[in-house]
Amino acid sequence: MYVAVKGGERAIDAAHAWLAEERRGDPAVPELTVAQIREQMALAVNRVMAEGSLYDPDLAALAIKQARGDLIEAVFLIRAYRTTLPRFGASRPVDTAAMAVDRRVSATFKDLPGGQVLGPTFDYTHRLLDFALAAEAEVPPAPMAPASDEPVPHVTGLLDRDGLIEQQPAEDTPAPDLTRQPLELPASRALRLQALARADEGFTLSLAYSTQRGYGRTHAFVGELRIGRVAVEVELPELGFAVEIGEVELTECDTVNQFKGSKTEPPQFTRGYGLVMGQSERKAISMSLVDRALRWQELGEDFTGAPAQDEEFVLSHCDNIQSTGFLEHIKLPHYVDFQAELELVRRMRREAVQMQEAAE
Amino acid sequence: MTDQAYNFAYLDEQTKRMIRRALLKALAIPGYQVPFASREMPMPYGWGTGGVQVTAACLTPDDRLKVIDQGADDTTNAVSIRRFFQRTAGVETTERTTDATVIQTRHRIPEQPLSEGQILVYQVPIPEPLRFLEPRETETRKMHELEEYGLMHVKLYEDIARHGEIATAYAYPVRVEGRYVMDPSPIPKFDNPKLAGNPAIQLFGAGREARIYAVPPYSDVVSLDFEDHPFIASKADHACDLCGSAGSYLDEVITDDRGTRMFVCSDTDFCASRQAQGHRGRLSPQGATP
Repeated sequence: MYVAVKGGERAIDAAHAWLAEERRGDPAVPELTVAQIREQMALAVNRVMAEGSLYDPDLAALAIKQARGDLIEAVFLIRAYRTTLPRFGASRPVDTAAMAVDRRVSATFKDLPGGQVLGPTFDYTHRLLDFALAAEAEVPPAPMAPASDEPVPHVTGLLDRDGLIEQQPAEDTPAPDLTRQPLELPASRALRLQALARADEGFTLSLAYSTQRGYGRTHAFVGELRIGRVAVEVELPELGFAVEIGEVELTECDTVNQFKGSKTEPPQFTRGYGLVMGQSERKAISMSLVDRALRWQELGEDFTGAPAQDEEFVLSHCDNIQSTGFLEHIKLPHYVDFQAELELVRRMRREAVQMQEAAE
Repeated sequence: MTDQAYNFAYLDEQTKRMIRRALLKALAIPGYQVPFASREMPMPYGWGTGGVQVTAACLTPDDRLKVIDQGADDTTNAVSIRRFFQRTAGVETTERTTDATVIQTRHRIPEQPLSEGQILVYQVPIPEPLRFLEPRETETRKMHELEEYGLMHVKLYEDIARHGEIATAYAYPVRVEGRYVMDPSPIPKFDNPKLAGNPAIQLFGAGREARIYAVPPYSDVVSLDFEDHPFIASKADHACDLCGSAGSYLDEVITDDRGTRMFVCSDTDFCASRQAQGHRGRLSPQGATP
C-alpha cells in the first residue's frame, strides 16, 4: 500500500550513474576524445558555440561529448558555464572586410574583386553515402594554391558606391547585451541581431523559409556569403592602442533585397544581415532573411501578419534553451494542479448530468 | 560541503545585488512584475530558475532552507534544487516548515501557517495573469499600467455563463492591495486565501520570463470573483487517509487497476507531523483515530 513518496534522492543518483554508463556506450569500442569531436565534428562544435554564444571549440566539444551528441543539451551546458564567467571588457568591432576568407561566394555578381572562393563546401557534393569513410581510409591531401593578397571588399560596399543600396551609417552607441539586461520591446536592430545570432538554427531556418514562401516576402539575394577568420582586438586603456588577442572563425551573410520603395523610402536595394560564430552558413543566411523581414517598420512596409515580421513573436521564441526548458518542464510533477482540475471537471460533469436528467 | 569553485549560493555578488534591487522594488509595488536580468542557470528554464535566483539572492549562511514541489520535500525536482543549494551555499536544510527561514516552493503553500521572518519563494512559469487573454507583452504591460482589467472580468463572467462557475482550478488570479492583478503561480485555488494577510514575505521568481514580483507581509490579496459568485477555495471532498486531516489539500493516488483510490496530504511535512502526533487516517495500519 502507498505510504508516502520517498526515494527521490536515491532515484536521482541511480539515474545519473546509469546515464554515465549509457554515455560511454559499449566499453569494447574505444572512447571518443574531445579532440576527435573538435576536429571531426567541427560543424556540430560550431553550432554549439554559436547558440551557446561562447567561442571555445574545446569546451563545445566537451559539451557535445557530455550531452551524448544532443546539441541543444550541449548548448545548454555551454550557456550555463558562460553565465558564470567574469567579463573583462568588450573587443573592438571585428573587421569582416579584412577576413581571411576560406569561402566567399556572391550570388549577385559573376565575378568581383577578391573573386569567388568555393572553399570546403557540401554544395556540389552528390549526397551519396561514402562507404569508404566506414573503412576509415587515409584522406589524400587537397590541392593547394598560394593565398591571395587581393583585398576582398564587401559586395554591399560596391553597391553602396553607386547609391543603389540603402545607406548604413556607422553607429557608435554600444551594443545592448541581451544576457545582462531583460529583453524589452520594441528592440533595436542590434538587439534583434544579437538574439538571432544565438537563436536556434532550426527555428531561424523555418522562419526564413516562411518568408521565401510568401509569409513576409523580402525578395532576397545572397549578395555575399563569407567564412573565415578575423582578428579580435581589445583596446587596452593602459597602452592607449588596440592589441590583437586572438582570432575567431565567423560566417557572414549580406542579403541584397529588391525593394520598390515605400511611403518613406525611395526604390533601392535593402539589406539583411547575418553573422554567426564558426562555419554555420545555413544559420547565417536564415538570420539575414529574418533580419530583413523584421525591418518592415523602419522601411515603411506593411505588416502583413507574417510570423517572421513579428518582433515579439520571433524574439520570445527563438531561444532553444528557453524553449526546451519550458517545453520539457511539463514532465515534472503537476499532480497538485491536475488534482484541482479533476475536482473541477468532476463537479462540472456532475452538474451537466443533473441538468440533462432534469431536462428529460 | 560547499563547492569552492562557485560563489556562495552560486550567483556572483553583482548578480545578487541586481536581483535584490528588483526584489525591493517588487516589495515596494506589491503585485507589480519587475523585469530583471535573469541569468542562465545550471538547471533548465521552466524548472525553477526564477525561484532559484530569488532564493540565491535571499540566502545568508545562517539560513535554514526547505524546498518543496507539489507540497512534498522528496519529489525529484525539490531534491535536485535542495542539493544545489547544499552544494553551492552549504546552508542547513530542513523538511519542517516551522524550522525553515527560507522555503522555495512549486505549486503549493505549506499547510502550516507561516510566521514573521520567514520567506516563501515561489517558482513561476508564466508571471503574466493576462497572458492567455492577450499573448503580447507590449499589450499586457499597457493594460497593467492603465489598470485595465476588464478583459479578465469578462473571461471570468464567460466561465460562469458557460459552466455555471469560474472554471479556473489553479493559478487563480488575485488582486494585490487593490491595484495589480497578479498570478499567484500555479498553486491550487485552495491555497489562495493563504496569500492574504500572511506574516511571511512572499517572493515570486520567473526566470525564463525575467520577472520578479512580491507580496509583502500582511498584504491585502483578494481572489477575483463576483458578489453573486463568490470565490470558493475547493479541494477533494475527503479526509487524508494517512493522517485523517479534513482541512488539508489532498493528492489522489490510484492504488490498483480497478479504480481504487486513496487521498493523502500533498504537504508531506504536515502529514508526517500529524501522524507523529498520533493522528490516524482511514488506511493507517493502526486504523483511524476516533
